Amino acid sequence: MALITDYLVQGCQMLLVLLLAPLLTGWVRRLKAQLLRRRGPSLLQPYRDLFKLLHKEVVLADSASWLFRVAPYLIFAALWVAASLVPTFASGLRFSWTADLIAIVALLGSARFFLALAGLDVGTSFGGIGASREMMIASLAEPAMLMIVFTLSLLAGTTELSAVAQFMQTAEVGLRVSLGLALIALVMVAIAENARIPVDNPATHLELTMVHEAMVLEYSGRHLAMIELGAFLKLLLYLSLLGCIFAPWGMATAGAGLVAYLGGLAVYLVKLAVGGLLLALFESVVAKMRVFRVDQFLGAALMLGLLGTLLLFVSRSH
Amino acid sequence: MHLKLLLGLTAALFVTGLYAVAASRRPGCSRTVYGTALAVCCLALLVALGHLAGATAATLTLPLGLPWLGAHFRLDALAAFFLVVVNLGGAVASLFALGYGQHEHAPERVLPFFPAFLAGMNLVLLADDAYAFLFSWEFMSLTSWALVMAHHHEPANVRAGYLYLVMACFGTLALLLAFGLLAGPNGGYDFATIRAGTVTPGFAALALVLALLGAGSKAGLVPLHVWLPLAHPAAPSHVSALMSGVMTKVAVYGFIRIVFDLLGEPVWWWGGVVLALGGITAVLGVLYALMQHDLKRLLAYHTVENIGIIFIGLGLALAFQANHLNAAAALALTAALFHVLNHSLFKSLLFLGTGAVLTATGERDMERLGGLIHPMPWTALAFLIGAAAISALPPLNGFVSEWLTFQAILVSPELPQWLLKFLVPAVGAALALSAALAATCFVKAFGITFLGRPRTPAAAEARETDRYSLAALFTLAALCLLAGILPGLVVDGLAPVISLLNDGTRLMAQNSQPWFTLVPVAEVKSTYNGLLVLLFMAFSGTVAAGLIHRLASDAVRRGAAWDCGYPDPSPATQYTAGSFAQPIRRVFGSVVFQARERVTMPPPGDLRPARLEVELCDPVWDYGYAPIVAAVTAVSTRFNYLQFLTIRRYLSLVFGALVFLLLVLALWR
Amino acid sequence: MHGLAFDIAHLLAGGMVVVSFLMLYQDRVYALLNVFAVHALVLALAVGWQAYIQGAHHLYVTAGIALVFKAIIIPTALHRMVQRLDIHRTLEVVGGVGLDMLAGTALVALAILVMLPVTAAADALAREDLAFALAVVLLGLLLMVTRHNAISLVVGFMSLENGLVLAAAGARGMPLAVEISVAFSVLIALIVIGVFLFRIRERFDSVDMQALDAFREERRQ
Repeated sequence: MALITDYLVQGCQMLLVLLLAPLLTGWVRRLKAQLLRRRGPSLLQPYRDLFKLLHKEVVLADSASWLFRVAPYLIFAALWVAASLVPTFASGLRFSWTADLIAIVALLGSARFFLALAGLDVGTSFGGIGASREMMIASLAEPAMLMIVFTLSLLAGTTELSAVAQFMQTAEVGLRVSLGLALIALVMVAIAENARIPVDNPATHLELTMVHEAMVLEYSGRHLAMIELGAFLKLLLYLSLLGCIFAPWGMATAGAGLVAYLGGLAVYLVKLAVGGLLLALFESVVAKMRVFRVDQFLGAALMLGLLGTLLLFVSRSH
Repeated sequence: MHLKLLLGLTAALFVTGLYAVAASRRPGCSRTVYGTALAVCCLALLVALGHLAGATAATLTLPLGLPWLGAHFRLDALAAFFLVVVNLGGAVASLFALGYGQHEHAPERVLPFFPAFLAGMNLVLLADDAYAFLFSWEFMSLTSWALVMAHHHEPANVRAGYLYLVMACFGTLALLLAFGLLAGPNGGYDFATIRAGTVTPGFAALALVLALLGAGSKAGLVPLHVWLPLAHPAAPSHVSALMSGVMTKVAVYGFIRIVFDLLGEPVWWWGGVVLALGGITAVLGVLYALMQHDLKRLLAYHTVENIGIIFIGLGLALAFQANHLNAAAALALTAALFHVLNHSLFKSLLFLGTGAVLTATGERDMERLGGLIHPMPWTALAFLIGAAAISALPPLNGFVSEWLTFQAILVSPELPQWLLKFLVPAVGAALALSAALAATCFVKAFGITFLGRPRTPAAAEARETDRYSLAALFTLAALCLLAGILPGLVVDGLAPVISLLNDGTRLMAQNSQPWFTLVPVAEVKSTYNGLLVLLFMAFSGTVAAGLIHRLASDAVRRGAAWDCGYPDPSPATQYTAGSFAQPIRRVFGSVVFQARERVTMPPPGDLRPARLEVELCDPVWDYGYAPIVAAVTAVSTRFNYLQFLTIRRYLSLVFGALVFLLLVLALWR
Repeated sequence: MHGLAFDIAHLLAGGMVVVSFLMLYQDRVYALLNVFAVHALVLALAVGWQAYIQGAHHLYVTAGIALVFKAIIIPTALHRMVQRLDIHRTLEVVGGVGLDMLAGTALVALAILVMLPVTAAADALAREDLAFALAVVLLGLLLMVTRHNAISLVVGFMSLENGLVLAAAGARGMPLAVEISVAFSVLIALIVIGVFLFRIRERFDSVDMQALDAFREERRQ
């Protein structure tokens, strides 16, 4: 019986992240609009956009191959699995031991690999622009993310995300410098990976300033809906990650009962709302960087992550 | 028993080589030779697996070679594991060559040496004394050199062969000196005597350096890697697969045998040196690979990167062993040996795929290919699986060995030495950087070659390869997937090797874990389950696709590409390999390779095309080898006058040498 | 481990290292001056916190001096100087920002490598604070060495002095007299440098180091 409940809770988490992801993006867009003194679209607009796209016909270029048609589903699957593994309202769920932080980072890498290939598939120059810039950003963002993972794992003694989240809730963490460095680096990496200002503008219409949008320029219909949903899931993943590691209070542990789960869910929704607000504020205040300043930005994140790891290595003195 | 079988199979390979010398001009000889090689390698693979599954070491002495030494052979767990790797690679390459070898226009230069090459590699792994080892090592080098020179009409191949020969001789010399130091003044050259004896710490350090030079030059450690990107592409494709995927592993075996088995108790700074070299090799290798647009050279440079990753694992293991942290050493060794297996699998797959492309189009240069996924869908699928595996994407096998290496790095704060405490995080960052750059490299390699639109008529008129080649490609692809979703099996298979090298400590048994999970160290609670990740992804993808096709729309229409409303019919407007790598070239290349771009634009009205020139300089060659070559040339030019002396001068030289030797003899007493 | 108080002190010291890195990252003069003001602000907070937990009241004066002079007056003065001298607004970095930050990380590692084994007898957090202070000094020197612009020389010199003050505050150290004399000598140095910059600007119409180098005498053969 307990086994069935566990599976049910895990299933609920998977559905929850899928349902909440467009709402989070809708919240961020509305806040950005209101900061610019506009009314802004409704919070449910992303759901309507997805519904519209899903029911439209797909137009494929003549030079598109089977990879172009399969890639959106692969990307969506990788991102959904990764997002389901990050603790949201409860940690230590049934399948949390299948993939640890390093595997989550690698799953995000798989999604990006197939997205870049899809960009190159049709054989246009804009797809190439997007793919090459995205891989340049990834070549610095992924090592920075791995350094952050190392810092967190050295503190918690394990790479498994649920165990790290539970460790952060205990008192023995304290205010460590390495944690501060990891927080700054993780925010920088999250901005770069989610294609937000100042790295990339998600609302741009100028192809020469695009990174993420340029790779999906040829997609339409249900394929585009899958990729958009994947991007929403990625934003939710990073905000959940920041929340469960650096603001872990209120998360339930597995098997704690329905009341604890509901309380954890309420706290999680508040964390998402606050995170969305901070993101919208930051994006409205800062200007977009030119492309070859992004590598210095991510290089700084990598150096901060490396410093955090270095400090933890040397403070284990014998 | 196993040992005798393996020696017999090696002899069978020699006989096949001899047969090919005689009969290479006959039609059907190619099929016979490769078929026999396939059968022999499969048998050897099964025997080696059988030994690995649970047998004790066996030795054998044959009255060959030096009369007072004989030829010692030994089959233990380490040799058995590497025999599995070598024979698996050999079998798949032979299977591929059953189809590919039909296109060879100089079979008499390839057929005799191919089975001999396989035999040489097997003998290196079985050798148990210095003479047999070095003899087989040289035999392996010479046969592969002959294969590199198979297409000797191209001057690039001749240069590659010459450089290969020089570096191979240098490597053998270093190994000879290393064995000399280990054997000591009594000259006990067989490995059993060396194991039982002790070496002074100074000599042990010197032997380590010589082993690094000797085995490292064959494996491709920076700065001894310069021959690899020239020689590996010059050989026929199935031989390139063997050289990159398998011969480099034999070099790694040589290093492990000397350092872990024969040298005895390691010192902590040995681990530091190997670790640092591995880290530099990994990053430089992948940066070089990103600058290439020849498919085979890109893959060869990428081999250099993976060798760096293997040596990072070995360096960590040495450092842990020196500090008596045997459990952590078991983890690091498992990571390194798992990567040995993985790399031989996916690098062979990628080289064989490149061979298929070369046969179909006649081109190796990515900038003249493109759109091959349409005429060659199966080759493209296999190449994609290889590219995904080498970029360490779950649930394939590349990710598992990378995960294990990262876990080994995360246990290293236990190391007490200060220099190691600073070196390991830096090497960890270098490893993460090289893994991310590898993914970029393979998006470029697969994307520019197979995706997009064909850039030349040769690419447009390609055809799918024959079924033998496809069988070989898909065998390797299936093995990549299996090793990724059932890593516990591989780790358990490696356990006897690890306990041999690690004084009996090994990782805990993985076959008792639920759902085939990989749990290397129980206390650390880090786990990974490739099978469940694959199942989750397959479930999510198919459910999503199914629901959408049923409930939403599944209509498709073909049309012109959107391209922002200005679709250009010329395929020259799509991205090339050079343009894809431009951001990386600008960020990393401007520092490491002093990459400079120069654009010459003719004035308006002039009909000449604009030119974009990219200049790269190779720092290892310019600062390492060019001075040496210049010095050697200068010295030999000075001595050249000795060629043109008169008869009287020559006689006086001989007379002077005789007087000098007599003087030495007189004073010595 | 240690209580929250020591953790906050440690965090503020680490914060100074992060802000020094941020100074290395800037490529515009006004942004550099703003980050320098933040650097001085964090220094003031760190010294003030040390005053609170050590109960050393003279450190409050030091914190006040840091706040008023270095976070407000000096950045404003430098701002005006940049406007009057019409100095080039973008900073060119020798070797590129990436290599610069890599060198910065190596310097922090060097500072830790030097400080931690040497002070083995002391308390763990105090050792790391000293290592951070040395790192701030080294990063200030790096800033001075790798830029062509005169303003970055001044800012680097100031941040170097901030590092010295941090070290002194953490080590329960410098009496107030020494602190005041060090601060005054820095101020004098700043005034002298400023005067010289104006004179150089009048003579040569530029304060760019590379351009000025062209006016030097030929090297003796």
